[in-house]
Order: sequence, then C-alpha cells, then structure tokens
Amino acid sequence: MADYRPDWSLQRKGASDQQRHLEKIKQALRERLPDLISDESIITSDGQRVIKVPIRSLEQYKFRFHPWQGDRVGQDRGTGRPGDVLGQLPTPANSKGEGEKGQAGEWPGLDYLEAEVTLDEIAALLFDELGLPYLKAKPLATIPWPTWKFKDISPKGLMGNLDKRRSLRENLTRNALVGHPYVGNWRDSDLRFKTWVDEPEPENNAVVIAMRDISGSMGEFKKLMARTFSFWMLKFLRTHYESVEVVFLVHHTQAREVSEEEFFHLGESGGTKVSSVYQLCLEVVQTRYPASRWNIYPIHFSDGDNWSDADNHRTVEILVELLSQVNVLGYAEIREGGYTSTLMSAFRHVRHPRLKTVTITHKDDVYPALKTFFPRQEG
Amino acid sequence: MSGYAYPTDQEIWHMAQELGLDPYPITFESVPAPVLYEFAAYLIPGRMAHWSYGKAYHAMKIRYDYGLNKLYEMVINANPAYAFLLDANSALENTFVRAHVMGHVDFFHHNQCFSHTPADMVDVVSRHAERVRQYEFSVGRDEVETFLDAVLALEEQVNPPTPPILPRERPHAPSSPRMVKPPWDLGEPDQSRIRQVQVSTHIEEDLLWFLMRESLHLEDWQRDVIGMVRDEMLYLWPQLRTKIMNEGWASYWHVALMRQMSLSDADYLDFARLHSHVTAPVLYHINPYALGYAIYCDLERRQGREALFLVRTVDDDVSFVRNYLTEDVVAELNLMVYGPDQDRMVFKSRQLEEIREKLVKELLHGGIPVIHVNDGDFNQRGELYLIHRHEGLDLDLLYAERTLHYVQRLWGRPVHLETLSNGKRLVLSFDGKTDSKSML
Repeated sequence: MADYRPDWSLQRKGASDQQRHLEKIKQALRERLPDLISDESIITSDGQRVIKVPIRSLEQYKFRFHPWQGDRVGQDRGTGRPGDVLGQLPTPANSKGEGEKGQAGEWPGLDYLEAEVTLDEIAALLFDELGLPYLKAKPLATIPWPTWKFKDISPKGLMGNLDKRRSLRENLTRNALVGHPYVGNWRDSDLRFKTWVDEPEPENNAVVIAMRDISGSMGEFKKLMARTFSFWMLKFLRTHYESVEVVFLVHHTQAREVSEEEFFHLGESGGTKVSSVYQLCLEVVQTRYPASRWNIYPIHFSDGDNWSDADNHRTVEILVELLSQVNVLGYAEIREGGYTSTLMSAFRHVRHPRLKTVTITHKDDVYPALKTFFPRQEG
Repeated sequence: MSGYAYPTDQEIWHMAQELGLDPYPITFESVPAPVLYEFAAYLIPGRMAHWSYGKAYHAMKIRYDYGLNKLYEMVINANPAYAFLLDANSALENTFVRAHVMGHVDFFHHNQCFSHTPADMVDVVSRHAERVRQYEFSVGRDEVETFLDAVLALEEQVNPPTPPILPRERPHAPSSPRMVKPPWDLGEPDQSRIRQVQVSTHIEEDLLWFLMRESLHLEDWQRDVIGMVRDEMLYLWPQLRTKIMNEGWASYWHVALMRQMSLSDADYLDFARLHSHVTAPVLYHINPYALGYAIYCDLERRQGREALFLVRTVDDDVSFVRNYLTEDVVAELNLMVYGPDQDRMVFKSRQLEEIREKLVKELLHGGIPVIHVNDGDFNQRGELYLIHRHEGLDLDLLYAERTLHYVQRLWGRPVHLETLSNGKRLVLSFDGKTDSKSML
C-alpha cells in the first residue's frame, strides 16, 4: 500500500458550499420580500415565531417520475391485506402551484424546500434595502451619549470609586454597636462604593405622525394596507432611533387625535376634508414636537377623494409649510381603481424632495412604497 | 472488552482473503463527524464546489446533530480503496465496520458494472475541482455557478457504457461526419454542417454527451464542465445500479467475518444489535441492506456460498431481483406492493410475481427517466427535440418543465420534450422565454 495520504482537511468545501446555499436562500427570500412583507400572518406574529416559506427557486429540478403515480414495493409489518388504506395522498391542488403544502416525507419522493425564517430575519432583509434620508443632526445631539451619573451607593464596586466618608461611617457604626466607637478593624463589608446609572438622553428621537382618512370610502383592503405600511415603517424607524413616538390622527371632514387601536379600526361615513388633518398635524408639530429637537415623519393614508378642489389648494399650502419642518412626509394613496386623484395631482405639483408620494393598489405595492419612502440615497 | 484484542485492518483483510474475498488494498482513516458527513454529501472527497453539495451536507449534519441518523463509514471505490471511519466509533463498531468495508471493496473490484471506473477517481475529481476553480477565476463565480446549476440538473442523463462481458451491438455506421470527428477537430464551426445532419435516424441516448458535442452555444470551458460532470456521474453510476447488491454483499460479509472472530458474549450481543440496526425495515420503503442480505442468504441456503461469488460478479440490482427474489425472501421481509387508488395509498399485493415486476420496474435505469435525443435540427431550425421513453410511469411535468429550461440554457435554441401523460402524447417546449405545452 502506498504511503500517499492526501490531507483531507485541505479538500474540504462543505462549510463554504453550505454558506453559499444559505446565501442563496437569503437571496430567494429577498426576491420574495414584496409578497412576504404584506402577508397579514407575518405582521401579526410576535417576531420569534418561525414562518415557513416555500422556496421554489432553490429546488433542484431534474427529469424525474411523477412522485406518487404507479405502484411501489416496500416493507410492512406483515399484517397488510389487499385493499387496506395506508394513507391519504396529497391532492393535485396542494402539490402544484404556489400554495403548496403536502404531506412531505410520508411517501418516498415528496419533499419541498422550505426556508424557516422569523419576522426579525425578514425585517433585517427588508431594512437592508431601506435608508433614512434627511436625518438631522439636532443641536442637543452634542450631549455625549450615553451619559451616566454617580447616583447610587453599593457595597461592591471598583476601588477607584470608593466612597471614603460613607465607608468610615459604616466602620465606625459597626464598631460602636459592639461598644468600641473607633475607626479600625476594617472588613470588606464596611466599604461603600459610588456606582453610576445610565441616563439616556432624549435627543435621538423620532416621531411618526400617522394620519388616516376614515371616511366611508376606506374599506378593509385600504385599512390592511395602511396597517402593513405603518407596521414596517415603525419597525424600521425603531431600529434607527432610541425611541419612536407615534401620534395617530384620523379625519373625515374634521381631524382628531385617536389611540392606535382606533386608528386602525375606525370607519365612519361622511365627506372628506383633507386640509383638516394637515392643519392638525402642523399644530402637533409646532406645540409638541419642535423640529429643532425631533426627527419628524408624517405619513398620510387616503384614497385621495377630497371634498373640493379648493380644499386641495388649502392642503397644499399647509403641506408646504409642514415640509420645511419634517424629515420626510409621505402621502400613500390606497385605491383599488386605476385613476389618479385630484389630491395626488395637486401634491405632484409640489415637487419637494421631502415629499414622497406613492400609490398602493395591490398588496405587492407596499414593498416599493417603503423603498420610495425610505430610499438608500437621498434626493 | 478487556483481554481480547480486536483484529487489525490487515488481519481482517487477510481473514477476508481466506474466506474467498478479493478486495483491493484499503487505507482506513478515522475522521470526525463533520468530515465524514461532508464526504457522504459530496460522494467523492475533494469534488468541485457547488451550493447543492453544501445543501446536502447541511441536511445530513443537522440529522446527525439531532441524533436522527448516524453514518459509521464511507468507502471510496479506488485502488487502493479509502475507507473513512467515524472517530466516535467504539472499537467493536470499528471492527464491524471494517468487516463491512471488505465486502464493499471486494464488490468494487469484481462486479462487472465497475469495470469502467477509474482507479484514481479521487485524484481525477481533485483536478476537476481545480479546473472549475480556475474557470470561476476567469469568467466569474456566478457565471460558473449558473452554468453548473444547469449541468447538474441533467447529470443523471448519461448513458453508462455497457459492461464489456456483454458486448452490445454497435450502432450502424455513422451516416454523417458527426460521428467521425467531433466538432472541435474541425477548426471553425461549420454552421451548414449541423443543418445537414438528420439526427432522427440515430437515437442518441446520452443527453449530456450530445449537448457537450453538438450545442453551438457553448464555450470551451462550458464543454469541459459538462465533460467533468458526466465523468463523475459515470463513475458513480455503477453504485446507483447496485445499491441492493453492494450493501447486501457487505452485510453478508460483515456477518461471516465477525463470526470468525472469537468475540465475548457482550461483544457478540453488540454486534448482533449493530447488524439488526443496519438491516432494520423502514415502513413502506426498501432497506437495501436488508433486501440484499436476505437474497444472498436465501441463495446460499439453496446453492451454497460458491454460487454467491458468480452472482456478485455478473449481476446488477435489476437482474439480482429478477433472478433471485423468492417467496421465502418476500415472507421474511414482509415485502408488499402498494400504490395510489384515487386520493388514497392502498395495499395492493403480497404476490411474488407482482412484487418482482414492480421492484424491477422501480430499479430499471436506476429509477431515472430515459430521455432520448430525437432530433438536433428539429423544424430545420436547429431546435432540439427530445423524447421521453415512456415505460409505464409518467414524468413529473412541473419538474420536467423547469428542467427543460436548463436544457435550453445549454442548447441555446428552442427545446421540446415529447412524453406521455395519462396516456396522451404531449410536447413540452421552451424557447428561452415562454413555456408551452401541446397535445399531439
């Protein structure tokens, strides 16, 4: 036998090929993002739950026989009789097409490639594609962050932070308790240390002002789209800011502030006067969230049906004033039909780089809408 | 076990020789689980890189990590042969595995299906891997990967050489220069030559070989890659068509060799447990170890051990099952036929003839559909017309449709595949942009 012994460790490719496979899964998921992010079951999950996503593009196609046509030979326990039913077959409906879910693994030849992902992983893929334009350096941001202050005393700590006065007092008290009021006979338990606490400063904050048209024309689809968009927008902003406050405003002919629950579920009949909500938004900004301290992201969901052209003009006036104070203002027109509203036409004439307008007519539009609203490159 | 020294590699090898086996010399090596699983995923150590191997490796390793299955060994058909043992094996397990390996290596040496396999395939695949790496360097990794995606999808579409002891009738003398000189000998590609060829008079059974020679669309490195993948498949092909025989032979001999050793009672019990583990039935599947072992034992009872040596030399799984499956084996293993009946899977039969017929059908051509090249100049437009040789089972049409995309990628012109579906003749086509389907 020859002594030639290849060094197998140099031949190994498993880890790098496995890595390449994982990259391809990620790429396939990325291609499916428009579909994934507007899936209602995903946005209502808790972020930990594993979602199974079938990935057809990574299946290794080859010429093969129909997986469950024709007889097979197998082993059983010796008790089977002709005619015994051994199980159910996956039906053609769930074996082909998009929504495949079969009884994989029960019979030979049936397997589907499914990637298991969590909401957070989908979010990470999505957020790779998004950017945060017009991030303002606020004046208060000159305060170093995180800041900390010595505020507390602890029996354990760093010797450099020893609080001599308190330690002396502890020592004296303990000695006095046994009848000898003097300083000495030190024990570790006498020592007291200054300790600090982190003090987050609120300078790195953002506020989302979510506005929604609740007039009669906003149906279930529109509510869901508004909700999906807001969900990802908030989640995205929370990855960039220490804390994100949200103000919910709704309007028909009049605007008012509501709770989150109401925001997504309210539906009222009546006309629409869009200027009312922009006016309220402006007031909220001026009174509660001064632009000098806050990064402001107003977003408005509407089907664009406004009461009158005069009100469109009024809205544009307020809009222009608002634009000077916000980071990005989004107008998302959600509609099932194809025509462009008068409000959208009016907004398009504004041509301000911080005004982003998108039209959502299908659930796949949420993804490009998010990319328009949060582009990787400014301008 | 204290007191008993297990036989060494060499001693087991000599025991095997005394019992009539004739294995190649074997280099044994202990490797940790990730290495063993990697070899098992790639089938040959040092093979070219591709994500699909990484996927297989990942799946195997997960199963191992969760304790769902355990590989004890991996043998490479080479001379000298390589056998990798899991370094976590006990001394008894390793003795058992070594005995098992003797059967495999004897089988590689003597079964006629393996007479074409090169003795130095490990070196060959290393050179392949190196060449693929160079192509990645010169044309880009994504380019090579996308191309390999297509070639590997068709890797099973080869026509393995028929063993030399059964010389087959040569096809008729070629009617065109195509057979005499491959296109790369002709200097500049001659477009008109392809136009003249009427491939329909000669049926080409080796799709990969045909694409490699005849596609006008490929660059040199691409032809080389197809050739490499095809060579590796031809090397592995005999293992696919002798799975039952090979595992059965190895199991038969691990029993015979272990019985030669004077094992303690405890060791004997452990050995029996290992043996029953590898031959354990899997519900509604065929365990090749169990079936092969049972057939050899049954044959030995009827004709003696000498007869087994001839069988291991001349048969493959199809002829092995056809010739030697008996009522006794069917009863011992509880073999049965089952199949679909409307939307249910039902028990069909326990008759020997039924079982034999269905099993042979499953094993034919390694369970892979046979696709012929019928015409390389279909419609006089350089389109490729393939025919699936229907032998009772329909193709998975969804898969066929997607696989046709890969054929088109290699052929560069529209491609067609004729098959039968529910008894009706059907042609699937792909022109590079759209799929179409038409009834004939």
